[in-house]
Amino acid sequence: MSELLNNLLFDYTLRTVALGAGVLGILSGALGSFAVLRKQSLLGDAVSHAALPGIALAFLLTLSKATLILILGAALAGWIGTYFIFHITRNTRIKNDSALGLILSVFFGFGLVLLTYIQKQSYSNQAGLDKFLFGQAAALLQRDVLTMIILSVLVLSLLVIFWKEFKLLSFNADYGSSLGLPVKKLDFLLTGMLVIAIVIGLQTVGVVLMSAMVVAPAAAARQWTERLGLMVILSSVFGAFAGISGALLSSSISRLPTGPTIVVCISFVVLVSVLFASGRGLVWTWLREQRNRHKIKIEAVLSDLYILAEQHGSIERSHPISVLRAMSIGHGGVDRSLGDLKEKKWVEQKPDESWVLTPLGLEEAKKLFDGKNKIL
Amino acid sequence: MVSYSLFGQEEENLNSKKLAVDVADLTVAYRDKPVLWDVDLQVPSGVLLAIIGPNGAGKTTLIKSVLGLIKPAAGRVLIYGKPYAQQRGLVAYVPQRGSVDWDFPTNVLDVVMMGRYGSIGWIRRPGKNEYQLATEALEKVGMIDFMKRQISQLSGGQQQRVFLARALVQDARVYFMDEPFQGVDATTEKAIVGLLKELREAGKTVLVVHHDLQTVSEYFDWVMLLNVRKISSGPVDEVFTEQNLRLAYGGKVAFLTHHTHQGND
Repeated sequence: MSELLNNLLFDYTLRTVALGAGVLGILSGALGSFAVLRKQSLLGDAVSHAALPGIALAFLLTLSKATLILILGAALAGWIGTYFIFHITRNTRIKNDSALGLILSVFFGFGLVLLTYIQKQSYSNQAGLDKFLFGQAAALLQRDVLTMIILSVLVLSLLVIFWKEFKLLSFNADYGSSLGLPVKKLDFLLTGMLVIAIVIGLQTVGVVLMSAMVVAPAAAARQWTERLGLMVILSSVFGAFAGISGALLSSSISRLPTGPTIVVCISFVVLVSVLFASGRGLVWTWLREQRNRHKIKIEAVLSDLYILAEQHGSIERSHPISVLRAMSIGHGGVDRSLGDLKEKKWVEQKPDESWVLTPLGLEEAKKLFDGKNKIL
Repeated sequence: MVSYSLFGQEEENLNSKKLAVDVADLTVAYRDKPVLWDVDLQVPSGVLLAIIGPNGAGKTTLIKSVLGLIKPAAGRVLIYGKPYAQQRGLVAYVPQRGSVDWDFPTNVLDVVMMGRYGSIGWIRRPGKNEYQLATEALEKVGMIDFMKRQISQLSGGQQQRVFLARALVQDARVYFMDEPFQGVDATTEKAIVGLLKELREAGKTVLVVHHDLQTVSEYFDWVMLLNVRKISSGPVDEVFTEQNLRLAYGGKVAFLTHHTHQGND
């Protein structure tokens, strides 16, 4: 552990990788929050897949592997894909999900064809282009990270500047439009920012799994908070955590692709959030339900005893457990409920093992019947 | 001579200036299917108008195209004599409650303050003034105790009140409301009606997409009957007639006709 920390501080490669992965996590986490809230989670998937032919074409046209050029190609292709999706949805009978699937597969397929073509040619420097499929953090250079940081600062500043407009756009675009907000332009801007967030992560995470970095941190963050600001911050923190830990793991273990490793890390965060988040977490919900169910069972046994006492016109008379079991069809767990009731001193067990209400239990049972059936 | 000036050109100009909403030849089509056909609507200032018509009659489309949310194929819209784009500040919109995702991570106060986003301008954040206006509006709709409540925890009636409060903070002169009574309980309905009448008394003009024919004459003073084309519009006691309802809804309104005005009842 301390060795890792040491490396992180002094190893050039590791520091670069961690910084780059952290930055991409912050950006995709922040923009992903808006994508998720606007129900555009799958748009991220389509954009990242659609970016592949852009990367390949950028290389073919320039024969350069400079990150900025490849990112530019990716952004252009991703943006064209987005544009197609919007227009297909608006102008044809094809629904949004089909349009997303269509563009995703067509662009990605074309990208793979180009990639294969490039590999079969004898370009001296083509090696490494296929790393864009699953990402390779170790290939990050300091100037790549610098590009990422500059773009991130730009995008995050826009997010802060247009914060309230983006919030209204995401919650109720029509209303925003009635207030005079240029909703279409804002939509265009926010989508463009999402495209940037996606393409700067492609080198590290890869086109196949980049969408996980858009959706997963936001989905996890949503579990923990009911405030947009906090959600965006948490999502960024989760994204950065997953990015850094995944990149470090894949850099220190050879032949481990970065994308899948990062996705495993963020999946872990999602799992923990879905299970344990305060309020929304499944574990707490389940526990609450169990507690309620248990309470209902106890009350059922208590009221059964009350009904028996009522039928016999006496609260002194005790009843064997078999009678209570027979009455409990549908709720079960009579033994355990009786044990709990006994602990509360609402019932007691006679020497012959039969059960009877205590005066305290009688009062509680009467409360359950809410003043009705006042025979006793 | 008096009668001359009443019906003369001058008087008519004056009247048209007092029109809060003036829609002419509005036509909207989705693909090749007309949704609104050549609709004219003149609403004088200070009335409470119900827009009624069967499902698919184009009521929501009418509001949305007046507000520029849907691009009409033809027609023009004037608000107090000027094109809508110049008069945006005078208009407030209450969309259908179901048109947003109430699981959005925000609270009641925040949603109500959105009503001020148009006047705050770019970059600036809502401040003291906006907070003040929002709390006043929440007070008016009886939701002040829910100020910090997550919107995901609101009932349907509460959601509707929040939307109304958001429109109130705009301090507009013309209000467009899309089914504010949909899915709310009787108490909320009464509260909303009270609010609408308050708005009218303050000289505002309110256009409401409405579904319940039985309450039209009780709640509103003007009504517009719509079924792709405009059937009729005017004061309730003049145009809310059995014949017009038949035209708007087809022949299936016999059970409702005793709620309409039959001349001088």
